[in-house]
Amino acid sequence: MRPAPLSPQMTIALPVLGAASILLAWQYVLPLLGVPAYIVPTPTAIFGVFQKNFPLLIDNLRPTLIEALAGFVTGNLAAVLLAVLFVHSRILQAAYFPIVLFFNTIPILALSPIIILIFGLGMTPKIVIAAVICFFPTLVNMIRGLDSASDNEHELFRVLSATRSEIFWSLRLPRALPMLFSSLRIASATAVIGAIVGEWIGSDKGLGALIIQATFNYQSDRLYAAIVLSSSLSIALFCIVVLIERRTIRY
Amino acid sequence: MANAIEANKLDVGYGGRQTAVKVLAGLDLTVAAGSFLSILGPSGCGKSTLLRVVADLLDPLGGTISVLGGTPHAVRSRRDVGFIFQDSTLLPWRTVRDNVRLPLGVGQRSLTRRIEDRSTELMELMGLGGLSERLPHQLSGGQRQRVAIARALLGEPKLLLMDEPFGALDEITRDRLNDELLALWRRTGTTILFVTHSIAEAVYLGERVIVLAANPGRVMKDLDMRPFKQEGNRCKREDAAIVAAMAELRAALERAS
Repeated sequence: MRPAPLSPQMTIALPVLGAASILLAWQYVLPLLGVPAYIVPTPTAIFGVFQKNFPLLIDNLRPTLIEALAGFVTGNLAAVLLAVLFVHSRILQAAYFPIVLFFNTIPILALSPIIILIFGLGMTPKIVIAAVICFFPTLVNMIRGLDSASDNEHELFRVLSATRSEIFWSLRLPRALPMLFSSLRIASATAVIGAIVGEWIGSDKGLGALIIQATFNYQSDRLYAAIVLSSSLSIALFCIVVLIERRTIRY
Repeated sequence: MANAIEANKLDVGYGGRQTAVKVLAGLDLTVAAGSFLSILGPSGCGKSTLLRVVADLLDPLGGTISVLGGTPHAVRSRRDVGFIFQDSTLLPWRTVRDNVRLPLGVGQRSLTRRIEDRSTELMELMGLGGLSERLPHQLSGGQRQRVAIARALLGEPKLLLMDEPFGALDEITRDRLNDELLALWRRTGTTILFVTHSIAEAVYLGERVIVLAANPGRVMKDLDMRPFKQEGNRCKREDAAIVAAMAELRAALERAS
């Protein structure tokens, strides 16, 4: 038998309690077990970094935010445009889609040094890495989405003598939106990963650079604060995507 | 009266001209304008394929077909044909009203005559008055088919092709929609080709019922229902003559499959 569903109060209260119990155990139990602060600082120590070094954190958040956002927009936009081209030209799709899939198998960490060789040390290579990492899932999802209308739906539009562009705007695109948004949700996290990976390899600014510096300087409270900030950035991007999705897709 | 459809030795198949698997072979069929034709047949006999050839969704391999005195292509370009699918094929992101208005939004540029926005009137007619702002997933199966019919009627088609439109509905809803469809047909004089799996439905609706045989599809029984019915294609489902016609068609269907 399936267990009875939780009450609405419990579905909110339980995750809060769960997180609180973990934080408390982290704060009070880990030090008792002899885990040194330079490996796992306590939550209050990490929070202290946000108070003491707030300008430093914000200074490093800004470039990562810009790179992740710019990469997110350009990568997804390029993927959507290429998907539109591919579904309208079977010849182009047959010729180039396998090559695109091959590029997708190259690990982003292996590709990043090449991108930095090409674009130098500024923000551009980080944007490109974030864009590349967003690009493939969106391309594949968007092609599948644009092709997901049923045979009957296509026949309906043909009976009405719809033009190719009418079929695109009134059938293919609305059909593709749910799949586009599911890849945008994934991209909201991966864009931040891309920006941080780019900063590891060649930068002295950004959350990725801060993570590397803090690690080498044994400033583990600062390291953990940078991690908290990176994941907050991903969550914020994710929430924006979900908000837009809820306003766009009503069914 | 002129004929709405004249098919001569019609061959239809899938795959290339040489290697094609024939779905219809040497099909001869004449349908009078303004009549109501029911099409019965076992699965795979080409009932839906026949509708698709008439609607210019599929080209025949051989033979000739004329629809409303012209080619299927000309008829489709003039928007003289409406098609209703079993799954209603409503666009889930559009409200009832916007689904009904789809023919106004697409294909208009290639059309010579103007279509009026009769969506309000048609939704009233199909009993959808209070539902115009609903989304398809908020409707019952019967309501969805009503929307599909209203959408097809917006283009004022001279020929309505219905591919098992009520096949997925419960019996009560199906009977009610049968009566509404007949009332609509009497009012508009539209020629209707109605594909169904139900002998009872075929007999109740059609002025004429044909049974297609499978592999390859051809007409194996052609039954004029008018002698069994009263003026205006009216009958009761339990009339002895209607029951006898059903038995005759059932026997033909058994031979066909």
